[in-house]
Amino acid sequence: MQVTTTVNGEARTDEVEDRLLLVHYLRDVRGLRATNVGCDTTSCGACTVLLDGESVKSCTVLAVQADGREVSTVEGLAAADGTLHPVQAAFRQEHGLQCGFCTPGMVMACVSLLKDNPRPTEHEVRDGLEGNFCRCTGYHNIVRAVLVASGQDPK
Amino acid sequence: MIPAPFSYVRADSVDHVLSLLVEHGDEAKVLAGGQSLLPILKMRLARPEVVVDISRLSELAYVRVEGDEVAIGAATRHREVVDSADLQRDVPLLPYVASLVGDRQVRHRGTFGGSLVHGDPAADLPAAVLALGATFVIQGPAGRREVPAPEFFQDYFQTAVGEDELLLEIRVPRVPGVGWAYEKFTRRANDWAIVAVAAVDNRVALANMSMTPMRAVAVEAALAGGASAAQAAQAAAEGTSPVTDMHADEEYRGHLARVLTERALVTAAGR
Ligand SMILES: Cc1cc2nc3c(=O)[nH]c(=O)nc-3n(C[C@H](O)[C@H](O)[C@H](O)COP(=O)(O)OP(=O)(O)OC[C@H]3O[C@@H](n4cnc5c(N)ncnc54)[C@H](O)[C@@H]3O)c2cc1C
Ligand code: FES
Ligand code: FES
Repeated sequence: MQVTTTVNGEARTDEVEDRLLLVHYLRDVRGLRATNVGCDTTSCGACTVLLDGESVKSCTVLAVQADGREVSTVEGLAAADGTLHPVQAAFRQEHGLQCGFCTPGMVMACVSLLKDNPRPTEHEVRDGLEGNFCRCTGYHNIVRAVLVASGQDPK
Repeated sequence: MIPAPFSYVRADSVDHVLSLLVEHGDEAKVLAGGQSLLPILKMRLARPEVVVDISRLSELAYVRVEGDEVAIGAATRHREVVDSADLQRDVPLLPYVASLVGDRQVRHRGTFGGSLVHGDPAADLPAAVLALGATFVIQGPAGRREVPAPEFFQDYFQTAVGEDELLLEIRVPRVPGVGWAYEKFTRRANDWAIVAVAAVDNRVALANMSMTPMRAVAVEAALAGGASAAQAAQAAAEGTSPVTDMHADEEYRGHLARVLTERALVTAAGR
């Protein structure tokens, strides 16, 4: 089937197999390889991207379902001049990553969370990120990064 | 994991869905949020030839107050149930329970109707609609029929919705001011319940204590006979047949059912 999808602001039409998963479309057809596949079973959140501004697990959405829609991946977050998005800057400042495998999905999940809840409490951050697993950081610095990105002092 | 090949059709109306289901029979599968179906297709536990996407049918996505009921379109997403001011006011149990389903990403795609038709005994919303006494509106080639909640959940992952039928709407009674509670026990974030208990006034339903969600009739009878919450909760495991799996055995699930039922009844009475 033909899909016309805007990814990080760039609209394109591609002929894809009906069964193609959104994450494979992004990585293999669009060449955007930041978004990772971790569990491949809708659990870990490594594949999180925004579909029309809402976080989704792109291993559990069909590419054809993104037809006519907007997808945002971590590659599209920074400004054209390289200035990091506030969530990216906060992850760097607070050391919110170690190996970095979960990071592209984690950052997109945080962007979605802050869109719905611009000043979350620490508990709301932890709860809001329950769909994203990180095997390295123990989450503390990720939570701090989200609080910093929302203009709060993580103490 | 990649699904076996299928043809994808984006439905443009309920009639379109129904005609495709009649045409393709058990070779067709309805796709709503895909949060249960796509993992099944990826694991190749199912290999439909045609996948009919209802997720863009706005005629199936709504929350409407109608008389003394609230009507919820089957393709209303969990997120929209959580955010519905009408439900928060008139049926607060449902937004609360929907907020416990999976995680944000799952709630951004998964639908109210999809969760119910899937018929997972460990799922949250089935127990909630059972405690509320919901009615299911189902459409098939023979027309439209209404099924009360106790007849909807028929067996393990088996509901009253036939292969050529579509769940259109779920109707729940408005219960503003009526005490309610939902107690869900899990060991991990974003997980299904090991056991969960829904209470609406003196009606109690259990998740994951049998092959289907079920009403705790012995508890309800004890309450009707004047028992306290603590006394009535002792009957919570009566008539149940929970599985033993890696999370819990039958005895522990029975214990959880009693403890969670007491908590739910106390919370509901205090609301
Ligand atoms: C990581 C994760 C965690 C989860 N945690 C929980 C949890 O804690 N509690 C919980 O209850 N659930 C949980 N779920 C399941 C979640 O609730 C799903 O959204 C739900 O089970 C299926 O809804 P869906 O809209 O995605 O349906 P789909 O996956 O699209 O469909 C499910 C089934 O229902 C059928 N179907 C869907 N809509 C209709 C309709 N209108 N008429 C006829 N047939 C239809 C489909 O053909 C399919 O057989 C979780 C899922 C994931 C991936
Ligand atoms: S790869 Fe999609 S949730 Fe893990
Ligand atoms: S930084 Fe390694 S998994 Fe999160």
